Amino acid sequence: MESIYLAIVLAPLLGAAVAGLLGRQVGRAGAHSVTIAGVAVSFFLSAYVFWQHAVAGAAPYNDSVYTWMVADGFRFEVGFLVDRLTALMMLVVTFVSFMVHIYTIGYMRDDPGYQRFFALISLFTFSMLMLVMANNFLQLFFGWEAVGLVSYLLIGFWFRRPSAIYANLKAFIVNRVGDMAFVLGIAALVLHTSSLDYATLFARAEELSGITLSLLPGTEWSLLSVACILLFIGAMAKSAQVPLHVWLPDSMEGPTPISALIHAATMVTAGIFMVARMSPLYEHSVAALGFILVIGAITAFFMGLIGLVQNDIKRVVAYSTLSQLGYMTVALGASAYAAGIFHLMTHAFFKALLFLAAGSVIIAMHHEQDMRRMGGLGKYMPVTYVTALVGALALIGFPGFSGFFSKDGIIEAVHLSSTPGAGFAYVLVLAGVFVTALYTFRMFFMVFHGEERFRHAPPPDHGQDDAHGHHGHGGEPHESPWVVTLPLVLLAIPSVFAGYLIGPLLFGDFFDGVLHVDPSRDVLAELGHHYHGVWGYLAHGFMMPPFWLAMAGLVSAWYIYLRRPGIARVARERLPWLHATLQRGYGFDAFNDAVFAAGTRRLGQFLWRFGDALIIDTLLVNGSSRAVGWAAGRLRLGQTGYLYHYAFAMIIGLLGLILAFAL
Amino acid sequence: MNLHLPDFAPVLPELTVMLMACAILVIDLFLPQERRHITYGLTQFTLLGGVALILVLATPDPRITFGGSYVADPLSDLLKSAVLLISAVVFLYARPYLQARELYKGEFYVLGLFGVLGMMVMISAHSLLTLYLGLELLALSLYALVAFNRDASAASESAMKYFVLGSIASGMLLYGMSLLYGITGSLNLTGVAAGIVAGLTSPDLNLALVFALAFVVVGIGFKLGAVPFHMWIPDVYHGAPTPVALFISAAPKIAGFAIAIRLLVDGLAPLQESWSGMLLVLAVLSLAIGNVVAIAQTNIKRMFAYSTIAHIGFVVMGLMVGNEQGYAAGMFYVLVYALMSAGGFGMIMLLSRKGFEADNLEDFKGLNDRSPWFAFVMLLLMFSMAGIPPTVGFYAKLAVLQSVIQADLIWLALFAVILSVIGAFYYLRVVKFMYFDKPVDDAPLTGSGDFNVVLSLNGLAMIALGLFPGVLMSLTAAVR
Repeated sequence: MESIYLAIVLAPLLGAAVAGLLGRQVGRAGAHSVTIAGVAVSFFLSAYVFWQHAVAGAAPYNDSVYTWMVADGFRFEVGFLVDRLTALMMLVVTFVSFMVHIYTIGYMRDDPGYQRFFALISLFTFSMLMLVMANNFLQLFFGWEAVGLVSYLLIGFWFRRPSAIYANLKAFIVNRVGDMAFVLGIAALVLHTSSLDYATLFARAEELSGITLSLLPGTEWSLLSVACILLFIGAMAKSAQVPLHVWLPDSMEGPTPISALIHAATMVTAGIFMVARMSPLYEHSVAALGFILVIGAITAFFMGLIGLVQNDIKRVVAYSTLSQLGYMTVALGASAYAAGIFHLMTHAFFKALLFLAAGSVIIAMHHEQDMRRMGGLGKYMPVTYVTALVGALALIGFPGFSGFFSKDGIIEAVHLSSTPGAGFAYVLVLAGVFVTALYTFRMFFMVFHGEERFRHAPPPDHGQDDAHGHHGHGGEPHESPWVVTLPLVLLAIPSVFAGYLIGPLLFGDFFDGVLHVDPSRDVLAELGHHYHGVWGYLAHGFMMPPFWLAMAGLVSAWYIYLRRPGIARVARERLPWLHATLQRGYGFDAFNDAVFAAGTRRLGQFLWRFGDALIIDTLLVNGSSRAVGWAAGRLRLGQTGYLYHYAFAMIIGLLGLILAFAL
Repeated sequence: MNLHLPDFAPVLPELTVMLMACAILVIDLFLPQERRHITYGLTQFTLLGGVALILVLATPDPRITFGGSYVADPLSDLLKSAVLLISAVVFLYARPYLQARELYKGEFYVLGLFGVLGMMVMISAHSLLTLYLGLELLALSLYALVAFNRDASAASESAMKYFVLGSIASGMLLYGMSLLYGITGSLNLTGVAAGIVAGLTSPDLNLALVFALAFVVVGIGFKLGAVPFHMWIPDVYHGAPTPVALFISAAPKIAGFAIAIRLLVDGLAPLQESWSGMLLVLAVLSLAIGNVVAIAQTNIKRMFAYSTIAHIGFVVMGLMVGNEQGYAAGMFYVLVYALMSAGGFGMIMLLSRKGFEADNLEDFKGLNDRSPWFAFVMLLLMFSMAGIPPTVGFYAKLAVLQSVIQADLIWLALFAVILSVIGAFYYLRVVKFMYFDKPVDDAPLTGSGDFNVVLSLNGLAMIALGLFPGVLMSLTAAVR
């Protein structure tokens, strides 16, 4: 199996190397062929591995394949831990990546950076696989940073746009904050176990849970709580949880395929995956779980609200992603790791689908992203319309679609959970269902139904113009080419049917021995007692509050945005403060700009002026040279040329020696 | 009373040099100016023959003769060979300069040979008297050599200063020696050491001994040119004809190092605690003054003078450590220093011609345009003086610093390194002038074949010895 795992990881890397380093030689077709071939190899082998582990029942594989170095008792290794969790993640990552690769052929057709783009998304696939397949913290961290780097490069793919540069820098810096905590968390664990290896660490979790640290004098902190919270702060940056979420909406500056691949389906779920992977540790820290639960619930609800006021189609989907990541986080906090991973998987499919559908719309609109200039597109692009509808229904959790199963599982789990903060979280996730349905169908109706606004002049406050915005709007909108619609269809299939895996994944034994849950908090097992097959679950769903809330949201969207479009305007005028607050994203950006960015710049200015320019340049460097020059000028005056001065100096020297040593 | 004839075998090299010097003095009288090269040839023959004799006669065991006042041991063999070889190089460098300025006279060689003889006596001295004898023979020759160009007022002035200050230093040394003799009742260095051990028990004598020691250290300090007994160096280097400055700067430092070993290490070993302290003061001051004041110089001979003082600081630091490792490091340094100094002055003489001394720093501007090869040679010399690896100057500094650190004087090592960094400035300034500035003088470089070859070898030795420092290092470690 080892060679298969290696092939899965290295095939995309090879593709990336060929497309990236030899892009000019292999040409556009060569670049996309070789990278798609690489990721296809990865996908089919991952499917085989998944089948081996999930169906054929292969034992988990955990071994190192390469020892980088051994230093001071620490082994730095590259190794793979492949169990059912990993296999599932590999399948999701390679499948979405494969779809996005194909889609990109159509989306990036006219872009001069075609080969570079393929090289980067293949490199991303490699990095993400390294992350999920890691069996030690070093490799996890490598993958963690590598996906961050590729994300940075891809957000700034159109590097001539100032807004793209701003966005990628922001993403990089915010992630740096999380990485700082992440590294500290790893360090705290490694310090006490002298091992980077997962298995060693998990085996000693019990023993670690007894260790306390004294971070501040007089206070006692549980080592595991500190380490878990620090690791989760790393996950907060990567998985865009409040308040480290600010980079994700801006990351939509990148091309749409990577928004789907990186900023919806895979990279942003790395944090969720990491926490699930570390479940043996997290189960020992109720404090960390409570923290996770609250952060997740806040993200799930309040980020969804912002989605209501966005006009850029991609930003709506981006806020929706934030909100859904919040749901996954809530699941982790409620110790329903399997539910979180399940939602991660279904979300990967339907959110990638929604992003790619949005991209298809954007192509049809000649790279126009403002929904106020769309409308009525449904009849022009039927495939996109139908697949987007599937994605939207999955997202709001309409019974029968994948999102229904995974989201319901989370909500039920939170309902049963006794972790501190669960009551608060339950209210927010429930309310979030309504919000989700409202913003999802607001977007859906504004784009595909109603008045064909693209025939009008742009609205006066139109500020989202980009480099592609001036192609003019000549000609009727039409359906995108097959390379675009094929992935939509292929993604729509799991978006519907992935949910029917709920039985084994949530209530079965699929994750036995992989995800560890303390029996006192095992809410999924409790739910499992009432689970009697998928159809019963489905029928049960129609009677539960989430369904009615989702329906309410859907109907409200229809009423407000199709039936009586005036309502939205009136609401905006009546509640300007609310609208402004949401429009500004609760002021996180303004706060960060004013306090952290400006503060750091001011600190930098101070250190530059005082530390560098004054202390180092003026005093130490120039000052010392000037002092030496001055001393030289002075001391040379001692060389007067007068013989008696010279003789005098000798006598003084003699007397000095006698005085100092003889007396 | 039986008259024992002393064993003359150990002093054969000295006897040869003395007899040859006298012979050359007479022969030269009968040579017309155009046959002066015979004098030169005989001088070189004497020096190289001396080296050959030393090597032939060398034995691993010390041989003491002349009633215990003279010693020939591996240390003296090495240092005397070095003195003779360096002097041969000096005479070779000097010839074109002297020829161009009507200074090509026999007296230069005769005085030079007597100076060399003085150095050899100093190196082999085993009693206070012999040591003083050698010192004075060298000093008197040098006074005359400095004034050799008697029509130049600067030369006469600096000779006068040198003479007066040298006399004071000699007087002090002699005074210290007489005190030592009074206390210990012996002139022989072994006897002196034994007498000191006996005398240390009495507190009164103890005081007198340290008192005597201070005078001796002044004498040695003056000879080496350590601060604050350094004042003569810049003026003498500046005023003396360049070949004489070269002569003074190179070989006599080796002899000065030898008398420090003979007097302090062999004769005054029981007082090591005291003289280590005194040398520490001299080393610190020399490093500071030498490196800092060199920066303010515009005349390259004066710059070399202060650079000498700084280098002597390192040599004294090695001595100060007071163990075999330190002595070996100091000896390595002084030998390397003599080579670097010879090369540096050689470069000045290469650039000079009749009526143009080339002793300003500016005169080196744009040397790379005029002669890339000799600019490179000068670069090697400057790098070596600054102590930049892989030149040998780096290893010299490293060896001394290692011994200092082993003696737990980290602060001193740091101080020396910081001042070496400051010192690197004025060496690198020369390199900058050569490579990055436009020439102010574009006369072709004059230099005969042998001059150019030896100067090139001199420069290349910096890198060759730097790549294989073990050759010289094992020699210095073996004799000490």
